[in-house]
Amino acid sequence: MSTVSTRAPLRAEGSGDRPRPTGRRPRGVREKRWPAYVFLSPWMIGAVALTLVPMAVSLYLSLTDYNLFDPPRWVGLRNYGDLLGRDPRFWRSVGTTTLYAVVAVPLKLALALGVAMLLKNLAHRGRAFYRSAFYAPSLLGASMSIALVWRAMFNDGGSVPRLLESIGIHTGSWVGDPRLAMYVVVLLTVWQFGAPMVIFLAGLQQISPDLYEAAALDGAGRWRQFVSITVPMLSPVVFFNLVLEIINSFQVFTPAYAVSGGDGGPADATMFYTLYLYERGFVTSHMGYAAAMAWLLLAAIGVITLVLFRTSRSWVFYADEEGR
Amino acid sequence: MNIATKRWLPHMFAALSLLVLLYPLAWLLATSLKPADEVVTSLNLWPSRPEWSNYTTALDGVSGITVTQLLGNTVLIAVGAVVGNVLSCSLAAYAFARLRFRMRKVMFAFMVATLMLPHHVVLIPQYIIFNRLGMVDSYWPLILPKFLATEAFFVFLIVQFMRGLPRELEESARIDGCGPFRIYRSITLPLSRPALITTAIFTFIWTWNDFFTQMIYLFSPEKYTITLALSSFVDQSSTSAYGPMFAMSVISVLPIVLFFFVFQRYLVQGMATSGLKG
Repeated sequence: MSTVSTRAPLRAEGSGDRPRPTGRRPRGVREKRWPAYVFLSPWMIGAVALTLVPMAVSLYLSLTDYNLFDPPRWVGLRNYGDLLGRDPRFWRSVGTTTLYAVVAVPLKLALALGVAMLLKNLAHRGRAFYRSAFYAPSLLGASMSIALVWRAMFNDGGSVPRLLESIGIHTGSWVGDPRLAMYVVVLLTVWQFGAPMVIFLAGLQQISPDLYEAAALDGAGRWRQFVSITVPMLSPVVFFNLVLEIINSFQVFTPAYAVSGGDGGPADATMFYTLYLYERGFVTSHMGYAAAMAWLLLAAIGVITLVLFRTSRSWVFYADEEGR
Repeated sequence: MNIATKRWLPHMFAALSLLVLLYPLAWLLATSLKPADEVVTSLNLWPSRPEWSNYTTALDGVSGITVTQLLGNTVLIAVGAVVGNVLSCSLAAYAFARLRFRMRKVMFAFMVATLMLPHHVVLIPQYIIFNRLGMVDSYWPLILPKFLATEAFFVFLIVQFMRGLPRELEESARIDGCGPFRIYRSITLPLSRPALITTAIFTFIWTWNDFFTQMIYLFSPEKYTITLALSSFVDQSSTSAYGPMFAMSVISVLPIVLFFFVFQRYLVQGMATSGLKG
C-alpha cells in the first residue's frame, strides 16, 4: 500500500497525524464537529461498553470471590496473594509459558530472518512465489485442524517419533511425555515463521544497495556486511517483530489446548498461562481468581514491553535520527 | 563455486525448506484418505488405496450435526464479523484520519493502546455482560463486538491507509457542497478498497480459526462451528478414527486455503505493511 504524496501546494505541510484546518470555506463557516461523533459512535460505544467498563469491572472482580451466579464477595488482595504465594500450578504455568516464549520466539525470528535473507537474493518471480508459500502456514497454523495434525504427528506411532526411531533416537510419544509435550507447541509456532519473515523481507528490501556496494569497495566481506549494515539497518524491524511475537507468545491457546487434550497434561506440562486462566475461570468458575490472572498477565506484558523499549535505545538504530 | 551453482544454491535451499514446511499439510491430506488399518502400521505417507469413505463419514458430522450445518454456522459468524469489522472500523478510521473533534488525540492514543491489551483482561466482564443480556449460547457475542470496532488492529490499518490518500478529491467535493457522509461513502471508502479487502480477509480467517471465544460462548451442538466440532476429537486417543477426523480437518481448512490462493497479494502486502498476524 503506497503512500501518495500529492499535497495542495498552497497549504502548509501538515504534521501528518493532525488533519489540517479544512481551509477556506464560504463565509468562514467552521467545520461542524457533530458528524465526527456519528462516525465514531460505534467505536465509542465499543470502547466504553466492551473495553473501559469491562477493564474496571475485571479489576474489581480480581479483588473478589466470584462464580457468575452468586454476587461477588470482596476478598481484597487475597486472589493475588494466593496466586503468587500458594498456587504451584500457577507458577508451573508461568514457567511453561516463559520457557515456551524463550525457546520459540528466538527460533522463529532467527528462521524468519534467515529465510528472508535467502529470498532477498532470488529473482523477483521466485521470491514472490516462495514468500507466499512460506507465509501460508501462518494462516493455517492457528486452526484447530493443524493443531490436531501436530498432536497426531508427535503422538505414539506418529511420523515424528517413527522417523526419529529409524535413525536410532527413541523418544516415544512427545505428546505423552511431560518433558517433550511443550516442544510440540514450540515447533508448531516455529512452523509459522512466515509472518515475521514477510516483515523482515520488506525491511531488507528497504536497505539501499549503495550501502553494500560501498562496504564491498572498502573490502568488507559478507559477514562484516551483515553485522555492520544489515543488523543495524534492520534493527527497527527486529524490534517490532520481537515485541509482537513476545506479546503473542504469552497468549497462545488453541495449540496448547489441542496438544494437551484440553487439560494441560501430561502432568501440567502444557498448562500454558491462558489455558490455566480458562480452567480457573470457566471450568471451575473461579472468575475472580481468573480476573486476577488476567491482570497479572497485563502487568507482565506491560513490564516486558517497557523493558524492551528501554533497552531498544541501545540497540535499535533509526537511520532518520542520525545526527540529531 | 561457479556462477551457476551460486545461482541455484538459494533456490535449492528454498525448495528444500518448502518441502519440510509443507510436509504436515501433505500428511493431513494423506491421512484423511487412509483406511483405518494403515494409519499406524504403514510407514508410507500415501495410502495404498484412497479411502474416500472417510469423507462420507466426515460429512455426517458430530453428534448428529452434519458438516454442512457446521460450515453454515461458521460462515454465518464469519460473514457477520466481516461486515461488522469493515463497516465499524472504516467509520472510526475515517473520523480519526480526516475529521476534527474534541479529545481526538486522547481517543486515538487509547485506540492504539488497546492494540496491546490482552483480550483476557476484558474477557470475564464481557462474558458477564453477554450472560446478563441472555446472549450466551447465541452468535451475538461473536458478531456484535465487530460492529463496535473493537478490533483496533483494523481501525489502525485503515487509518494509516486513509492518511496516505490524496486530499484533493475530498476537498473539491467539499467545495461542491458534499458533507462528510457523502465524501466518506463516495470518495474515501472506494479509494480505501485495498485496506478494506485486507480487513475483510483477515477478519474472515481469524474468525474461521477462532476457537477460544466460540468455545466459551456456544454450548448447543446445533450452534457449533466446524472448529468446535473438531475440538471434540481433542481427547480422542484411538487412531482408528483418524481418517474421518482428518477428512473433517481438510474440509475445515479448505476455505482458508482457497482464500489464500485468491487473495494472497492482499494477505502478504497487508502483512508487510502493517505487521498483521496470520
